[in-house]
Amino acid sequence: MQLGFLVDLHLCMGCKGCEIACKVENEVPLSTWRLRVKYVDVGSFPETRRTFTPLRCNHCENAPCEKICPVSALHYLENGIVNIDKERCIGCAGCVMACPYGAIYIDPQTQTADKCTYCAHRIASSMMPACVVACPVQANIFGDLDDPTSNISKYIQHNQGNVQVRKPEKGTNPHHYYVGGGNVTLNPLASHRVDGHQLFNKITTLPVGGHH
Amino acid sequence: MAAHEILAATNAVVTLDVALPGIVWPWLVTVNMWAKSIGTGVIFMLFLLLRKHPEAAGSLRFPTTVVSIIFIHIFLLFTLADLHQPFKMWHIFFYPHLTSAITVGAWMATAFVGLLFLLAFLSFIKKDNAAFDKTLTWVVILAIPVTLYTAGLMSQCTARELWQMPTESAQMIFAALLSGSAAMILLGGSKLDYEAKKTLGVVLGLSAMMSFILYMSEYVFGPMKAEEVAAVLEYIKGDGPYTVMFWLGQWIAYLLPMLLIVLSRTSKSENILKLAAILALAGLWLVKHVWLIIPQLLPMS
Ligand code: SF4
Ligand code: SF4
Repeated sequence: MQLGFLVDLHLCMGCKGCEIACKVENEVPLSTWRLRVKYVDVGSFPETRRTFTPLRCNHCENAPCEKICPVSALHYLENGIVNIDKERCIGCAGCVMACPYGAIYIDPQTQTADKCTYCAHRIASSMMPACVVACPVQANIFGDLDDPTSNISKYIQHNQGNVQVRKPEKGTNPHHYYVGGGNVTLNPLASHRVDGHQLFNKITTLPVGGHH
Repeated sequence: MAAHEILAATNAVVTLDVALPGIVWPWLVTVNMWAKSIGTGVIFMLFLLLRKHPEAAGSLRFPTTVVSIIFIHIFLLFTLADLHQPFKMWHIFFYPHLTSAITVGAWMATAFVGLLFLLAFLSFIKKDNAAFDKTLTWVVILAIPVTLYTAGLMSQCTARELWQMPTESAQMIFAALLSGSAAMILLGGSKLDYEAKKTLGVVLGLSAMMSFILYMSEYVFGPMKAEEVAAVLEYIKGDGPYTVMFWLGQWIAYLLPMLLIVLSRTSKSENILKLAAILALAGLWLVKHVWLIIPQLLPMS
């Protein structure tokens, strides 16, 4: 079994329901995120468009975070999930430095690394990840990539030619796919980040949760 | 930020996102790298001096070992201080994950410390120079991977395109040679004759030159290969936030020491050599710090 995610960006309307569901389900502390929806505005007035991209851990097949972890706190589950054992973690932040997708954070309460686990605890009880359940337009498709009859496999087959992953050049082989993605949505260097010009906040960076 | 034609074509602007994380590995990691360079560097230099100037270097066996022990402990202390869970450090020894350069490095550094104490015992308690020199050969061999493993660790950071193993490992070795020779020039005092110090000056000057060439190569040619490297190097170009610190580091660690070493050879001045050594040690901290921080400024997602 190889669990994977696919987000259809044609469907996502940026409601952030998944983001909130994840926060609540996993008790993600303030100032940290496992899943977030990024808005990027494209074009010049009046030809403008707003894009929405949910971003979470990709559960890479060749995960740099797992490789760099000195104590195997980050490890693979049999279903392909890259999981974390917070008891084991020594807080070296090597994984935060290694993940090319900025998917890991240091939990300010436990002082250990944390990230999206595809809701491994819910999967163990045969439930869908919280974000999948919360999405009002079913933009999140979750399932077994090894099973050709699963929804996600069928979606990938159906959309062949328009399925992307983030930063394929890194060789991480993400198990997280996008349909309808592009450079602007998936490449962080393809858009400006202007200090203090966000819709609802003016903070561009926050100190890493912890004692530094 | 590097000029991307994409931006002009699409005028893409992030309008809503979470705050990005700040610096993950801060100045504590700079001290870690800087102190380790000195700790292994002086061992390399002792080995060199005992071969090239055995008379002069004989009395430096114990003092050099002590300096190495001190700086390796500074390195270990700051490594520990950088952990968010320092009291769980022992997990590295009980749950080791051998694909991680952190694990391999921690094990090697521990063995290195053990061998340094053995050297101290042989020189101070047993006063057995032959046994010391035999053991020193093994310590030097171990000092090479201990010097290099941080380069491996940086290269395992897939997110930080700037840090590539071939360049970083060369930079780690040059940093150890630079800081080791500088520390020995200062440590040698009246015990080392001028000829021995001249040898150290040559090592210092050449390693400064090689490091400088590598940084300049990355500065000029790095952006031609990878978009991320181009974006990261923008932080040390023009009015980038680390431009001043970068060039201060290059001048203080490399260019001024090179000039001063030439000057000290023409004027046969030990004081000028000492000044070059002090500048190299101070400048190395700046150089290492800039290179550590700039890839962390780039948004990853
Ligand atoms: S996205 Fe990052 S955190 Fe997730 S598996 Fe890949 S490297 Fe690890
Ligand atoms: S911070 Fe924790 S999970 Fe991350 S690499 Fe270090 S020990 Fe492993």
